[in-house]
Amino acid sequence: MRLRCPICGERDRREFYYQGAAVMLDRPAPDAGEAAWDDYLHLRENPAGDLEELWSHDAGCGAWLKVTRNVSTHEIKSVELVAEGKP
Amino acid sequence: MQAEGHMRFSGLKVLTEGLTGNKGWGPHWRNPEPKPEYDIVLIGGGGHGLATAHYLAKEHGLTNVAVLEKGYLGGGNVGRNTTIVRANYMLPGNSEFYSHSLKLWEGLEEDLNYNVMHSQRGIINLVHSDGQRDAFVRRANSMCGQGDDGAMLDRAGVEKLLPFLDFEQTRFPIYGGLYHKRGGTARHDAVAWGFARSASDRGVDLIQQCEVTGIDVENGVLKGVQTTKGPIRAKKVGMVAAGRSSQVAAMAGMRLPIESHVLQAFVTEGLKPCIDHVITYGMGHFYISQSDKGGLVFGGDLDMYASYASRGNLPLVEHVAEAAMTLMPAIGKAKVLRSWGGVMDMSPDGSFIIDKTDIEGLFVNCGWCYGGFKATPASGHTFAHLLATGTPHPTTVRHRLDRFRTGRGIMDEEATGSQHNLH
Repeated sequence: MRLRCPICGERDRREFYYQGAAVMLDRPAPDAGEAAWDDYLHLRENPAGDLEELWSHDAGCGAWLKVTRNVSTHEIKSVELVAEGKP
Repeated sequence: MQAEGHMRFSGLKVLTEGLTGNKGWGPHWRNPEPKPEYDIVLIGGGGHGLATAHYLAKEHGLTNVAVLEKGYLGGGNVGRNTTIVRANYMLPGNSEFYSHSLKLWEGLEEDLNYNVMHSQRGIINLVHSDGQRDAFVRRANSMCGQGDDGAMLDRAGVEKLLPFLDFEQTRFPIYGGLYHKRGGTARHDAVAWGFARSASDRGVDLIQQCEVTGIDVENGVLKGVQTTKGPIRAKKVGMVAAGRSSQVAAMAGMRLPIESHVLQAFVTEGLKPCIDHVITYGMGHFYISQSDKGGLVFGGDLDMYASYASRGNLPLVEHVAEAAMTLMPAIGKAKVLRSWGGVMDMSPDGSFIIDKTDIEGLFVNCGWCYGGFKATPASGHTFAHLLATGTPHPTTVRHRLDRFRTGRGIMDEEATGSQHNLH
């Protein structure tokens, strides 16, 4: 499996660190309550199809990437810089 | 109720059949069509679902039970693992549970009248530093304290049992090991088949090629399931779907604290007996044993990304091969026959969940991470207890679904926090 980093180009999977589902980008407010934090930290849709997830290009440019990947086929649909998605 | 052509196994029966052309063996279980209604429906005909069915019938006399399996019995992780059985935990909650499971393993063949080839050949966790030795001495004491066994080996003791290891590896010289003599392996498929035969004999309907397509809930109360073989009403439903738990729970509108990941394993061509134990090499994320057919069975860590592909990627293959060669250079002569991947239901604390849900009549059994095989008997035994009595078995009182929400009772296996793939 190879990921196309928007900064570095296509690189080996070994250069990247996997964080998990991209829901981690939507951090609740500190006082949002235990249900919101449970949702954020633990509960996952865990689909058997396309999943938006967070990868870090650890051994490359260090950028955080939002990757859309089919977790049943390992096909990479898109790779975006997390920084570019921020308002 | 006896399946057609089915009888108990015995030495005499094996001998008689051997002398008369093996024509007297019948199917091991019935293959019924589903009834319109059951007291209990189990979703998932893997090891844990079949074990649950066995113990529901045997321990609680509940036989109006169906196991629904979308593929074939035992076709998931129980048929794709590296067969290790052990009780060497040091974590309140899991310690009692796996201790309970090992005791069930020790009586399983008599219980099922089935040869599951349970082999208590011993597990040796290698020690590579003084700190690790201290930690393992504490663990061994803890295992003895819970009524199981654990003994420390010095380097000479390990050399006597495992003379083929490279004790002077540059990076991680071997100083000794933690020896868990009652640990070992079992024949994974036979475990599923033994539980299936027993459950079927006792009247449980095992329904294959029957996928659950919906879970019917009215006003917060479970009513039944929709399947590819039609609707089935049920008073209680147990979800026992391992790596596919999230898809099953989604049909009831639930999200589980589970991420599914791929774990690879490997087997070599059959060799003459050379590894008598299970060896774990924690520093290299590597473990190995030898099957009774002679294949060296080994594996390593998760590929670390979410996957349902049942196959991994080459970087992990390389990592495992490097660890194998470092630990045991002779393995380089063996040819790898097969590699495969299982779909692991990773929980946020590395420990499993056996609990009721917020839907009355709906129960969940999931979060086995990559350790579900050794749990098979106790998972079934304790899940059956919960389904039959409505209260958790004493060894699973801590394995609550809400421990993540409340933060109370988290059993963090690796002390890595809430990231699913780090357990």
